[in-house]
Amino acid sequence: MKKNIYLVGAVFAVLMVFALGMFIYQDKQGKERTDTVNKNAASLVKFHSPSTGASDAKVTIVEFFDPACEACRAFYPVVKSILAENQGKVRLVLRYAPFHQDSDVVVKILEAAKAQGLYWQTLEAVFKAQPVWAEHGNPQVQRVWEFLRPLGLDIEKAKRDMEGAGIASILKQDMEDATTLQVRKTPTFFVNGKPWEVISLDGLKALVQEAIKAKYP
Amino acid sequence: MMYDTRMTTPRQWELLFFCWLLTLLATAGSLFLSEVMDYAPCVLCWYQRIPMYALVIVLGVGLQTQDPGVVKYATPLALIGLALATYHCLLYLGFIPKSIQPCGKGVSCADVKLQLWGVVTIPLMSLLVFGAISAGLLFAKRKRDL
Repeated sequence: MKKNIYLVGAVFAVLMVFALGMFIYQDKQGKERTDTVNKNAASLVKFHSPSTGASDAKVTIVEFFDPACEACRAFYPVVKSILAENQGKVRLVLRYAPFHQDSDVVVKILEAAKAQGLYWQTLEAVFKAQPVWAEHGNPQVQRVWEFLRPLGLDIEKAKRDMEGAGIASILKQDMEDATTLQVRKTPTFFVNGKPWEVISLDGLKALVQEAIKAKYP
Repeated sequence: MMYDTRMTTPRQWELLFFCWLLTLLATAGSLFLSEVMDYAPCVLCWYQRIPMYALVIVLGVGLQTQDPGVVKYATPLALIGLALATYHCLLYLGFIPKSIQPCGKGVSCADVKLQLWGVVTIPLMSLLVFGAISAGLLFAKRKRDL
C-alpha cells in the first residue's frame, strides 16, 4: 500500500506543479500583454475601422476577426446581443486578422461593400454562408458573391473597388496592428483595451459587464 | 533473502519508479510547452510523444501491480523513443540535412524553439529522458538476474 501512496503522490505532485506553473506563466503573460496593448493603444482603433453603436459610448469592444473563422462566426450573435442589450453604452470596432487562406479576399469584398453602404448586411451574409465558401484547405471565396446578390450589392462595382489601393492599405494596416498587439488567434477582443481570447461565450459578456459597471456606475 | 519471482524486487521497483517519474515529468513538461506556452509540436515531437505517453501508463500499471514483466514491454517503447530523439538531435545539430527531414508541412522540426542555458533544447531533453529510461530498464532487468 505504501507503493500506491508513492504512485498517487507523484501524479498529484506533478499535477500541482503543472497547475502552479500554468498559473504563474499565464499571469506573467497577461501582464506583458496588457503592457504591450497600453503602449500601443493607438493601434487598437483606426479611422477606417468599421464600427457600430453610439460613437460616445464609454465601452469600446475592438474585435480582430477573420471572416473564415468559425469561432468568429459563432461569436457574432453574442456580440450583436451585447450591443443590443447595452445600447448607447457599448461600441463595436471591427479589425481584420485574415489568418486563413484566401480570407483576405473576403476582407476586400467586405470593404468594397462598405463603400456601397452595405457593410453589416454583407458581413452577416458572409458569416451565414461561411460553411459554403470557407472549407479549410479548400476555400472557395468566389462563391461568396452569390450570397451578396440578394442584398442589392452592385457586384461589378464591388469587384472593381476591392482591388483599389485604399482597401489594400487598410488590410496592410490591420495586419500590422494585429502583429503589434500580438493577436495570434481569432477572434481576439479588446474591451476598453483589455485583451481577451476566446474561452467561453459567457466570458466576453462578463468582461463587457465589468467594463460597463466601471464606466457607468 | 529470497523474493517471489512473480513480483518486482524492492530495488527493481525503485528503479522502475524512477523511470516512471521521468516519463511523468516529460509528459507534463511536453504538455506544458504545447498547451500552456503554445509551442506547436512538430511531427518528430509527436512521434516521440507516442512512446513517452505510453510509457507513463505501461510503467505505471507495472509498478502498481509490481509486475517485473513490465521491463519487457517498456524496453521497446524506450528504445523507439531513444532512436527518434537521437534523430531529432542530429537534425537540430545539422548532421542531417534539412531537405530530408520528414516534415514538409506544418511546424519545422529543425527550428530551435527553446534553448536553456544555450545548449539544452527540447529534443535533447527527450534524448536524456529516453536514455535514462532505457538505462534504468536495463538495470532493472539485471537486478532480476542477480
